[in-house]
Amino acid sequence: MSAQLESWRNMDLEHVPHRLSGYDAPWVLAVRQSAFQRFSLHGFPARREEEWKYTDVTSIGRRTSLAPDTIPPEPSSDAKLLAWTLAVEGMHLMVFVNGHYDAILSAAGNLPPGVRLESLAKLLDNGSHLPERFFEQRHEHTVFSSLNNAFTTGGAVLIIPANVVLKAPVYLLFIASGHGAAIYPRNIIIAGENSQATIIEHYTGTLDVHNFTDTITQLDLAAGANIEHCKLLEEGPAAAHIGGIHAEQAAASHFTSHSFALGCHLGRNDITVKLQGRGGCCTLNGLYVLNERQHMDHHTRIDHLSAACVSREYYRGVLDGAAHGVFNGKVVVHASAYGTDAHQENHNLLLSRNAEIDTKPQLEIFADDVKCTHGATVGQLDEDQLFYLRSRGVDADLARSLVIYGFADDIIGRVKVASLRPHIENRLLDRLPQGELVKELL
Amino acid sequence: MLAVKNLHVEIDGKEILSGLDLDIKAGQVHAIMGPNGSGKSTLAQTLAGRDGYTVTEGSVRYLQHDLLAMTPEQRSREGLFLAFQYPVEIPGVSIALFLRTALNAIRKQQGLPALDAMDFLALVRARMQQLDMDESFLSRAVNDGFSGGEKKRNEILQMLILEPRLIILDEPDSGLDIDALRFVADSINKMRSPQRAIVLVTHYQRLLNYIVPDAVHVLSQGRIVKSGSAALARELEKHGYGLIEAEAAAGQVA
Repeated sequence: MSAQLESWRNMDLEHVPHRLSGYDAPWVLAVRQSAFQRFSLHGFPARREEEWKYTDVTSIGRRTSLAPDTIPPEPSSDAKLLAWTLAVEGMHLMVFVNGHYDAILSAAGNLPPGVRLESLAKLLDNGSHLPERFFEQRHEHTVFSSLNNAFTTGGAVLIIPANVVLKAPVYLLFIASGHGAAIYPRNIIIAGENSQATIIEHYTGTLDVHNFTDTITQLDLAAGANIEHCKLLEEGPAAAHIGGIHAEQAAASHFTSHSFALGCHLGRNDITVKLQGRGGCCTLNGLYVLNERQHMDHHTRIDHLSAACVSREYYRGVLDGAAHGVFNGKVVVHASAYGTDAHQENHNLLLSRNAEIDTKPQLEIFADDVKCTHGATVGQLDEDQLFYLRSRGVDADLARSLVIYGFADDIIGRVKVASLRPHIENRLLDRLPQGELVKELL
Repeated sequence: MLAVKNLHVEIDGKEILSGLDLDIKAGQVHAIMGPNGSGKSTLAQTLAGRDGYTVTEGSVRYLQHDLLAMTPEQRSREGLFLAFQYPVEIPGVSIALFLRTALNAIRKQQGLPALDAMDFLALVRARMQQLDMDESFLSRAVNDGFSGGEKKRNEILQMLILEPRLIILDEPDSGLDIDALRFVADSINKMRSPQRAIVLVTHYQRLLNYIVPDAVHVLSQGRIVKSGSAALARELEKHGYGLIEAEAAAGQVA
């Protein structure tokens, strides 16, 4: 047995499921135990595994315990915590502190009739079978999914009935606080036929502590549903964050995913979409802005399983310092998916000689009559652009910041929630020289 | 206002300007003409401070400044403006953001307070009206997807807003149809003032049908080989550059 597995054994992890929500519901305990078995057999992936070639996660178990807090932290109305929120009036807010639902900080607001927005932990405690199918082994994409199945302390469950339009966004705020916490959020979104909603997932932690977050969000889109999902990763500078976003789409549904990776030490997002019905459409957007020794890995996978579906993917990265970015965009066009239209782009700006990006498009096409295109670029700041700005009196540093801002704004501008865009722009500008000046002018 | 003496400039070790002299006073318009490859654009870019254009000899005085010791942004803040032959696209940066950043940088140098959003908008609107430009222009990214005419118009708009003292226009007429050409020429003529100097860099004489310069210089092989009045441009139109270049070569030998 490896030293790694040995040390987990010492953590006495196999008894953890008995102390988590749903422990007296037979299906929940059974699912948790078998998922834990799968995790402990495999352990964390090593870099010799192709999917983890560029991302070394072995440090995670060394710095934090893998066991989640079994008791929710004291509900807090701490104004400071609230100040971190982006919530604007009308948003349906759910707050989670170290993975535990905080009823006092949350404010679900007025939901349209029939819409359910609930705490997963509560459903598990009640032994509800509603979430059961989402915990099936076939949904485990990585070993971190197994770990989440075993240890989740909850998250949000959103159910939107057919034809209901949720006008205000659902805002899920995850706050990491406390040293060495292992945090396992789990969100489930079930969108009925022709329903519409926007969901914001915001991961934040301002403390310089070694948190480990392993989060999964599953989305089930019925025919004609239209869901926009925006993940904002702004954890603290020492945090490790492994996330999964997994969508399954029925015919003529629309799914848009935005992934903004601005903060954490070691990060990985696995985003998968299954286009299962004719005429489905998905768009995956992403922006990673990294510096110092940050590491961020995006693995996306789109499965075209049905005819006449459209997928679009726009990812951009800005890398400074000794940061390391990874983009792996896989598109699989299955034999049944004739008439597929898939396009993928990944553009990167390297601001320093020590920054590194590994970008890899991966197209696997088994159908005829398909249109699949992709393009990836890696470059430095354009001297012509900088000179043009400087020739108009703009200071060299500010010129750089403007060009970087313009490059990144291509992605930020794709977010439909207007109140979110300035927040992301400001976080970006916080990191750029003279960004304050640009903020004033926007 | 501008005194260029014995200017030698290299790009990648190759000499492009070989002892160029030029003296321009406030209130004057000078045209610099010459065939392709004679060094016209190199002169414009060198005066604006482009990296990679290495001055190996000579000096440039601009007002009371040693121009060559200044960064591009310092030159701009002191009133030097280069209208680019090929204006650069800056995706994601709106014209409004770009203009306001530039204007405030220049105002700061002049000891003036930054313009707030309202005052800035009022100023830009007025200038855009002058140019018959639609306000939607402001929210477009700088030169991104612009037609050739729109790019030139954008340069003229910047010139109007930044109110420079020394304007260098690098082939302002290239790629323009006759209406656009007339429009650009009108805008330049309106900028003429006793406090301001204008340098027109152009390959063709046609622009000078609309802007009558105080002096015309012919550039060949990195040097000014002939200077004269506006009549010189018409002569060039008739005989081409070949005759003057031949004369210059003969003169050098003699």
